Amino acid sequence: MFSNLAEKLQNTLRQLRGKGKLNEKDVDTAMREIRLALLEADVNFKVVKDFVSAVRDRAVGQEVMNSLTPGQQVVKIVNEEMTRLMGEKKSSLSSSSKGPTPIMIVGLQGSGKTTSAVKLAAHLKKSGGRNPLLVAADIYRPGAVKQLRVLSESVELNFYSNEEVNPVQICQEGLRLAQKEGYDPVIFDTAGRLHIDEEMMSEIKAVKKAVHPEEVLLVVDAMTGQDAVNAATSFNEAVGLSGVILTKLDGDTRGGAALSVRAVTGCPVKFVGVGEKIDDLEPFHPDRMASRILGMGDVLSLIEKAEATVDKEKAKELEEKLRKQQFTLDDFKDQLGQLKNLGSMEDILNMIPGGGGLPKEVKQMALDESNFTRVEAIISSMTRQERHNPAVLNSSRRRRIASGSGTTVQDVNRLLNQFSQMQKMFKQMSSMDKKGALKKFKKGKKGFPF
Amino acid sequence: MSLLNQFKNGLARSKTGFINRLDALFNSGEINEEFYEELEEILVSGDVGVDTTIEIVGQLQEEVKDLKLRELEQVKELLLNKIIKKLSFEELKETAAPKNHVIMLVGVNGSGKTTTAAKLARLYKEQGKKVLLVAGDTFRAAAVEQLEIWAERAGVEIIKQQSGSDPSALYFDALNAANARGFDIVIGDTAGRLHNNYNLMDELNKIYRVVGRSVPGAPHEILLVVDATTGQNAIAQANSFNQALPLTGIVLTKLDGTARGGIVVSIQDKIGIPVKYIGTGEKMEDLAPFDPELFARALLG
Repeated sequence: MFSNLAEKLQNTLRQLRGKGKLNEKDVDTAMREIRLALLEADVNFKVVKDFVSAVRDRAVGQEVMNSLTPGQQVVKIVNEEMTRLMGEKKSSLSSSSKGPTPIMIVGLQGSGKTTSAVKLAAHLKKSGGRNPLLVAADIYRPGAVKQLRVLSESVELNFYSNEEVNPVQICQEGLRLAQKEGYDPVIFDTAGRLHIDEEMMSEIKAVKKAVHPEEVLLVVDAMTGQDAVNAATSFNEAVGLSGVILTKLDGDTRGGAALSVRAVTGCPVKFVGVGEKIDDLEPFHPDRMASRILGMGDVLSLIEKAEATVDKEKAKELEEKLRKQQFTLDDFKDQLGQLKNLGSMEDILNMIPGGGGLPKEVKQMALDESNFTRVEAIISSMTRQERHNPAVLNSSRRRRIASGSGTTVQDVNRLLNQFSQMQKMFKQMSSMDKKGALKKFKKGKKGFPF
Repeated sequence: MSLLNQFKNGLARSKTGFINRLDALFNSGEINEEFYEELEEILVSGDVGVDTTIEIVGQLQEEVKDLKLRELEQVKELLLNKIIKKLSFEELKETAAPKNHVIMLVGVNGSGKTTTAAKLARLYKEQGKKVLLVAGDTFRAAAVEQLEIWAERAGVEIIKQQSGSDPSALYFDALNAANARGFDIVIGDTAGRLHNNYNLMDELNKIYRVVGRSVPGAPHEILLVVDATTGQNAIAQANSFNQALPLTGIVLTKLDGTARGGIVVSIQDKIGIPVKYIGTGEKMEDLAPFDPELFARALLG
């Protein structure tokens, strides 16, 4: 996500970084590039204007011109302003002091309200231990109620609707049901509507009046262009938004909507949708996103992700095996599987500082996930004995494995070479560890940057 | 309501701010650097895209100089013609296949494929054609039901399978049925998919191949459904979908909002895929053939 914008901004800033001294002309050139990059990323043109002038004012000011590394200073300013644009800190959902917390989901047609409602409910159930109720209030689009019911049932969430009455009544009934049964929160999925459709806008005003939502979340498609702010402004004026859910961020959108909506409405982006599966919803961290856009990486998210997906027991087991030099091809395959669970290689690469700024060819090599599949296929085509003791692999066995996995003997050989090098490396590491040499190694005596 | 009025109504609501600014600009009197900058901003704010905007305004600037234009009205006409030229239109080719003219709808999630399928079905039904709908979105929950309800309202036949079944198999069955019974128009819905999802684009290509094998020359039309609120990402969408299967046109939906859909100018300019229909509302009759001149005029006032 955001990769195109990131690439453009990084290139521009890299040119500045190298300079020992900056004059106003350098800054102006850079600002023009930044302006174009942001516009191409669909950041609203008014927001771009404000952003660029804010950065420029600071960049030609004393704090930069007097600095020894003026380029770095500009990068820092861009990062700070971008974080500010997106809302500084991560904002979470508020809940009612007593009774179920009503949450209203609103937005344009096709932005992803129904999917987001279910994802949000599932997220709150899983991570917050809550028992949410989903209420379907879209009685207009054919099949909308059923869509929510089917999705709710697929992940065992409580669901309510009543196609006999109007949306306001549905929501009231849903709220009463939640109070009676102790469901919390109650999430109201409203119909998609145009922000200039007065009749429909007064309907959500009425719903809001009836259920007094603690949160009114606007669902915004990340691929939206300049119009995003118009819709967001109108919805905000009508029902007073408390936050935004940004959807379809798994596309290759440059995500300008994320930067603009918060700037124009003052409502923070609270969650982002990153895939078609129900658990593809993540809390939004503006500071981390800003540093990801600028190519500074996002190690925090990577660690959190790793902690959430990596099996701790297995990790311990692996450490033990490495120590005893019993690392087998089976373990290797396991590791690949876990790496895959972390998400796409591109996402991972972008979270590593500097990773996003690597040359395209290098990236492509790292990103070629078919390599993974090939390695997995090769290992899966081996017998148990072969996996534990690759030494038995003579040429006839290798040929069998190659044809079994749809690869060539060369592929099999390459994998075995890599594996034996890996084993050697682990051997060295563990022997160093014994002598305490690893510590010295770690401290960066040998030109390591860390 | 005539199609022309419908088109205008759709755009009328969406253009007010834009037109006021442009008119103010044209009435301010002077053609100077500031004028062109403002013009650029207006086009960009209509999602026309930075590249295309710079190109259009740059050419305009030169031509105004060459032609020594002084009247703002003339400049406006020149600009208008530039945009119209970029939006050149190709006729629909229903006549190419007398029977089983297959139209496929593809696009990202939430762009309006299912609704557009229903609107097209109604349009052809009104023309006295025998229409078959294929409920090809077997992924999204209740998408089949959604199209089923539309089909009933339009009074056309529909072929469906259980949610979660293989869309290629569904198309195979549907087209066999069409071959046996003879329809004039077959309209195929597909599941929404993000254009950078390799596997899903592959699935789409497979459907395309199955359709081509079942009915010679099919699909006759492959329309990319684009939400008018989409920004620059629509270019990437058009590119990727076009690689998976050869697009023949675009349906620009949700033009009844405040978005102006300027991105289609860039798509036509860069990839050469013309807009064929526009969607102007939630009702079944809210679909109109695209008219570049009307569109450009409405865009600029």
